Amino acid sequence: MSAIEKHTIAVLVDNEPGILARVVGLFSGRGYNIESLTVTETDRANSLSRITVVTSGTPMIVEQIKAQLSRLVPVHAVRDLSAEGPHVERELALIKVAGTGEKRIESLRLADIFRARVIDSTIESFVFEMTGSTEKLNAFINLMVPLGLVDVSRTGVVAISRGAARF
Amino acid sequence: MATEQMAGAEMIIKALGDQGVDVVFGYPGGAVLPIYDALFKQNHLRHILVRHEQGAVHAAEGYARSTGKVGVVLVTSGPGATNAVTGLTDALMDSVPLVCLTGQVPTHLIGNDAFQEADTTGITRPCTKHNYLVKDVNDLARILHEAFHVARTGRPGPVVVDLPKDVLFALGTYRGPETVQHKTYRPQVTPDAARIDEAVALIAAAKRPVFYGGGGIINSGPRACALFAELVRITGYPCTLTLMGLGALPASERQFLGMVGMHGTYEANLAMHGCDLMIAVGSRFDDRVTGRLNAFSPHSKKIHIDIDPSSINKNVRVDVPLVSDAGNALEAILAGLKARRFKPNQEALAAWWKEIEGWRARDCLAYVGTDKVIKPQYAIERLYQLTRGRDIYVTTEVGQHQMWAAQFFKFEQPCHWMTSGGLGTMGYGLPAAVGVQIAHPDALVVDIAGEASILMNIQEMSTACQYRLPVKIFILNNQYMGMVRQWQELMHGGRYSESYSAALPDFVKLAEAFGAVGLRATRPEDVDRVIKEMLAVDKAVIVDVAVDEHENCFPMIPSGAAHNEMLLGPEDKKAAGPVSEEGMVLV
Repeated sequence: MSAIEKHTIAVLVDNEPGILARVVGLFSGRGYNIESLTVTETDRANSLSRITVVTSGTPMIVEQIKAQLSRLVPVHAVRDLSAEGPHVERELALIKVAGTGEKRIESLRLADIFRARVIDSTIESFVFEMTGSTEKLNAFINLMVPLGLVDVSRTGVVAISRGAARF
Repeated sequence: MATEQMAGAEMIIKALGDQGVDVVFGYPGGAVLPIYDALFKQNHLRHILVRHEQGAVHAAEGYARSTGKVGVVLVTSGPGATNAVTGLTDALMDSVPLVCLTGQVPTHLIGNDAFQEADTTGITRPCTKHNYLVKDVNDLARILHEAFHVARTGRPGPVVVDLPKDVLFALGTYRGPETVQHKTYRPQVTPDAARIDEAVALIAAAKRPVFYGGGGIINSGPRACALFAELVRITGYPCTLTLMGLGALPASERQFLGMVGMHGTYEANLAMHGCDLMIAVGSRFDDRVTGRLNAFSPHSKKIHIDIDPSSINKNVRVDVPLVSDAGNALEAILAGLKARRFKPNQEALAAWWKEIEGWRARDCLAYVGTDKVIKPQYAIERLYQLTRGRDIYVTTEVGQHQMWAAQFFKFEQPCHWMTSGGLGTMGYGLPAAVGVQIAHPDALVVDIAGEASILMNIQEMSTACQYRLPVKIFILNNQYMGMVRQWQELMHGGRYSESYSAALPDFVKLAEAFGAVGLRATRPEDVDRVIKEMLAVDKAVIVDVAVDEHENCFPMIPSGAAHNEMLLGPEDKKAAGPVSEEGMVLV
């Protein structure tokens, strides 16, 4: 058995009804993994959306995933960012922490260290906004657990290639 | 450029005409009444009324596969669309170009659980190549032309166009097909030149090569079949074909080893196992072909020509992938071989053929004849012999009879053999035969059937009789779901759970009830007589051939076994011992 690899794949699609269902249905129907998925329109003039999906599988499976995605009629292009060279990945999270006293102060101090912003506050809670790599977000969220973590909302990974090249 | 104002329903008729469609297979209902009204007012488009929507799709498949054209289906919303799903899935698996128009409730009712509403685009998304929901009549013409383009180009497949009833009434602008250019869809149809060079070098250097051809050659068209036959002939290399590929090379060619796979011939499977170069053309390394993957053709380099990039390296890793239309790739390979003044390695090839002839001498399709009971193989052999030289098209249902037909009927031309390969749909053969006969009114069309399968779409006898289609249904009646029984015998200790065909109808009377002719054979000496009678009748005929109830289909690669672990007959079954646990879970 070949090793399981994690790949970040960007898919440029026509922004038409049902396109997300096509992509998600392809993954579930063929038993592929979705670790995270983000989608929104990125080019209004040409009505294009960009889907970023983080998936995992053996090299043969990852190759299949790309071939199957390319086969969907409304798909313009598929890029395996993990395989095609350097790229940057970011994720955004909104993290709600409730508490008072020392724990509250400690959460604020850690937020400062991690460069999270406070975007909502009551006398017994904060909502932090934070962007960064998945690992950084995980680390911060783990630290918040004993300090009164209440709720987390994450966007999933968005990614783009480094350098001047277009999609 | 043709732009005219018209209602959606009229636009559909116009678009079908502009796409060269002459026949539609369908069944009316509330949501498509405007289209049926438009059909009524014209006379260039012929509508064939089926008796069940699944039959409409299979009939369109038979039409498409025997003509190379796109088959067209028209069904209503809700149950009309859901009944079409099996046929659409069948067409997707076997790469058959279809456009299926489905009615839909009016746009303002979509999502309201309206009468005869179903989420057709949602349901058919995974069983079509693509689908559309038309919400604006001004998109309708473009979408219809796109649907035909998507269905017929690249790897062909079914396309659904879902049509809300209000769109059928609305007035809009019609555009001709020449104005439509798809935004994204550009299948790769010409091969990469560097890859062709690699393939040519491998072909030239091979010592133990085998061609492994599939339905992709036939889908590519007569030119691809001719080029394939030329390549096989000039190399002198042995050639096997998949179930879907039968007819791509004339079966009478000495170099043809017979079908490959689970019920393929001994020589074909051992050649696949022992080759040093496999040249796969329009075939997809399906599990029925490969057997156990980790023991599949262990010592060969593999060239794979396929128009669908996702077919390449899906099951088996290949050395030279060639994404291309089969015809274009074969042409380039032939040119490459000619340019390098290719001469096969005669010495190595002679040794390879000697080995293959040794396997061939085992005569793996031999069966023990008797004068007491009709052997199913004998019935098909006689059918073949007594119809030789005629323009004959054969369809099948699914099961033992299908495999025997594939083994014993010899196809000299492409597009004359219609069977459900990928999905294995019982009930395919009769409606497919209806579609074939509509396309070829003067040809002989025979559905080789089993008594269980035929009952799955028997209602299409009405369609055959309504249009006076002289289709011949040749039932090998062993009173069992034969393939189910065979697997139960091999893997489940002979416990024939629910596989006995109890309470069968009298097929002779059934034929008569539909207005067709019924014939029966119960002894070997009856077989020739009923076949001749069947051929003499210019009407639909059901022939009920009572065959040996216990005959099994051999050779066989048991599930989970490799090509070199074939069972040649019932004696091998005992010698081979029980099927492995891994094999048991396979289908």
